[in-house]
Amino acid sequence: MTMIFGVPAAVFLGQLLLGLINGAFYALLSLGLAVIFGLLKIVNFAHGAMYMLGAFATLLGMRYLGINFWAALLLAPLFVGLFGMLLERFMLRRIAHLDHLYGLLLTFGLALIFEGTLVNMFGFSGARYPTPELLQGGFQTGFMFLPKYRAFVLAAAIVVCVFTWFMIERTRLGAYLRAGTENPALMQAFGVNVPLLITLTYGFGVALAAFAGVLAAPLYPVSPTMGSNLLIVVFAVVVIGGMGSILGAVITGLAMGLIEGLTKVYYPEAANTVIFLVMILVLLVRPAGLFGKEA
Amino acid sequence: MTFIKKSLTAAVALAATAAMATTAQAQMSDGEIRIGYLADMSGTYRDLAGPGGLEALNMAVEDFGGSVNGTPIEVFSADDRNSADVGANTVREWFDTRNVDLVAGMVASSVTIAATRVIEENNGLGIVSGSAASSITNEHCTPNHIHWVYDTYPLANGTAKAIVDQGGDSWFMLTADYAFGHALEGDVSKVVEESGGEIVGGVRHPFPTNDFSSYILQAQGSGAKIIGLANAGADTVNAINTASQFGVVQAGQQLAGLLVFLNDVYAMGLPTTQGLLLTTGWYWNMDDESREWAERYYERMGRMPTMVQAGIYSSTMHYLETVAELGSDDPEAVRAAMGEKPINDFFSRNGRVREDGRMVHDMFLAQVKAPADSEHEWDLYEILATIPAEEAFRPLSESQCELVKN
Repeated sequence: MTMIFGVPAAVFLGQLLLGLINGAFYALLSLGLAVIFGLLKIVNFAHGAMYMLGAFATLLGMRYLGINFWAALLLAPLFVGLFGMLLERFMLRRIAHLDHLYGLLLTFGLALIFEGTLVNMFGFSGARYPTPELLQGGFQTGFMFLPKYRAFVLAAAIVVCVFTWFMIERTRLGAYLRAGTENPALMQAFGVNVPLLITLTYGFGVALAAFAGVLAAPLYPVSPTMGSNLLIVVFAVVVIGGMGSILGAVITGLAMGLIEGLTKVYYPEAANTVIFLVMILVLLVRPAGLFGKEA
Repeated sequence: MTFIKKSLTAAVALAATAAMATTAQAQMSDGEIRIGYLADMSGTYRDLAGPGGLEALNMAVEDFGGSVNGTPIEVFSADDRNSADVGANTVREWFDTRNVDLVAGMVASSVTIAATRVIEENNGLGIVSGSAASSITNEHCTPNHIHWVYDTYPLANGTAKAIVDQGGDSWFMLTADYAFGHALEGDVSKVVEESGGEIVGGVRHPFPTNDFSSYILQAQGSGAKIIGLANAGADTVNAINTASQFGVVQAGQQLAGLLVFLNDVYAMGLPTTQGLLLTTGWYWNMDDESREWAERYYERMGRMPTMVQAGIYSSTMHYLETVAELGSDDPEAVRAAMGEKPINDFFSRNGRVREDGRMVHDMFLAQVKAPADSEHEWDLYEILATIPAEEAFRPLSESQCELVKN
């Protein structure tokens, strides 16, 4: 059997693939964070809670309204996105002119409130969401058993990431948006409704998190703290990629998934810390992040 | 010089008052029986004890009539947030300002070890119901606490031995990388090897871990018949879920959950957990007596009780009965009397409190039902075998507890 660094090639390839799938989650979440930070300069600590709300919306939608997974894939982000827009309109906007720290504290407080409320209502252990029937089972790929659902997650995440990048960097709407955050007064003078644009952007960023939450529901137990566990890692990914860089967030997300996957084979004890190690190294060498513009 | 004299006099006076206080406690201290419930009310271990455990405690107090020989019972509670500091400080405050008579609950092992030390310093009484570490009545034993429901010794012993006997003789260990995981891994490895099995590999994963796919893939590659899960709570749940997604059981490997609670199985659902072997101290559907109590609990909480919650009721009842018989809440006298009386109730069979503080009782080997065999949402286990009280727990001859004369 071919060996790669003392590990059978088949196992090595399997781990790479799994790492990539985890990376897809990091990419989706850090993309939302990057959009919100890059365009609105809000450090959105409620991002993990929005991811969690996406998963809960999926679960409760199935339980009480009979909404299936495919419909939830569209409806849950829409619902959580609308909810996010309300938050932006009635809370975040009031402190938009203050230091970033206030936004951070507000969103952090909101996240704690959402989590606490759901712990109170549903308990801590969480609940299971069944894998959609169409995606049950898996493929025997020659080097590993790949569950169909995980393959789907990877594909869906990449499609959504590419779509987002295209929207913001290559369309007229994206151009308005970037211009609107760069110089709001000027854009307003041109007749563009900048506050609406900002509300929509926050809603979109939050919807991305909710979308990741829907994808996660059949993989991990749907529990109130699922978001806060992930959020810190995702922030590290954004810092490595460069705060606000959209392409950077996606590529770094996938890359960090791979690095974490390999650590799980060679030195599993460090799997939870390796991303932070990379973060420190990147901050020392390129403080603005791998893809960030030097301030 | 005068200063030293004064301090000495003060110390003597204090000691004398303390001694008088102890004699005065021959009856009920200060006209109330005060029970403090310490548990994780908001974190990882909330569902296995938490608010449900407090409700079970309140049920016991109500069933007892709310007072002992006319002395009213007062119950208060606190969230230890799984922090040993918070837990120990809360218990210290309870002794200093509220004259607590019994500290109940106690879940995370680290909190328990810290809290029982404070209980010993204050010569109080504690009943541990939620913790897993067998060290609580081994190297960390005190004359002031009792460990009620279960510990890691019977978990390893019961489950691992039964599995090896059924032919599961090669194991891959998935271990949480901290003290509890290492201890459980050690206990299991010992039992597996003594029973004629073999540990073929293992991986120590960080605590906590969200994604187990990589480790499950490694376990699949090892070719072991059994994948042993030396972890707890959310880690176990995640590992079992992932194994189900990767078709581990269909491919011929079996999972052994070493610390799995009813709420975990309920949360994961039967399609994921079916066939899982585990050891439990009690199950709500095991006989009429258990069912009757569990249904009363269900009416109040809307969930079926875990073994820990049932144990909290059982231990509180035993405590109150003992206090009533003695006519005193003096911790030493109560502790001694609790050890003399066999414990047979809906929870405990052939139970007794040993001198190391371990409450030994029959444990049960259970298997999670297949979805087709389950009649309703809480019909989760089938009891396969009884592990007699005297075999289930660490024998006193192996004890390192200083209260045990070896």
